[in-house]
Amino acid sequence: MATLIDRDQLQELVARGAQPVEVLPADEYKEDHLPGAISIPLRQVNRESAKLLDPTRDLIVYCWDMA
Amino acid sequence: MAPRAAARLELLGFQQVHEYKPGKLDWMASGRPTEGENSTRPRAGTVARKDVPVCAPADRLADVRDRARGAGWDAAVVVDGERVVLGLLRAAELAKEGELSIEEAMRPGPSTFRPYVPIKEMADYLTGHKLESSPVTTLDGKLVGLLLKADAVREAEGCPDCVRKMI
Repeated sequence: MATLIDRDQLQELVARGAQPVEVLPADEYKEDHLPGAISIPLRQVNRESAKLLDPTRDLIVYCWDMA
Repeated sequence: MAPRAAARLELLGFQQVHEYKPGKLDWMASGRPTEGENSTRPRAGTVARKDVPVCAPADRLADVRDRARGAGWDAAVVVDGERVVLGLLRAAELAKEGELSIEEAMRPGPSTFRPYVPIKEMADYLTGHKLESSPVTTLDGKLVGLLLKADAVREAEGCPDCVRKMI
């Protein structure tokens, strides 16, 4: 199960090389996203899109809020 | 949405998956930078003046008024020790009897806005509600700065793209 993290922990993980992944629709990513994040909308999380990710790096998944 | 994506990624074999549950809302409301088309457009947090005078509820009004006016301000924001906004002193409150405490003189619980709100929305709101200024705060109520209507209107007029919804 994914580890829940807060803003400070996110920044620490990113500083150590973690990859932020925004899972909102692509148009929302296009307007604003966290620095360095890549876009993989929820419905496109699959084996093909997973090839965009480095399995040796920590992943940080986020959307708009807690929903 | 994020929990489902995280679960899916784990099923796909990723071992170190974290979920930033508070999400982009929390990040943007804290005033941190973003990337993307909207990242350079003016928002409440970027236009708000960070040098607004602040004071505590127990301060004396005359002292705060002197300090604020000495710095060229006709307003001050009342905050606690964590910079959480408690009240606002606009020109009318600053003009009250100088011996009052700030707690007695302030306008308590002013409407506040988050830093990511597009400047056009802020300009329309401040104009429509005849407000000269409004505090901009983080999600947990901490002061980012004071947004002046004049600044918001000027920035909105200079940014036609800001009319569209930004979030």
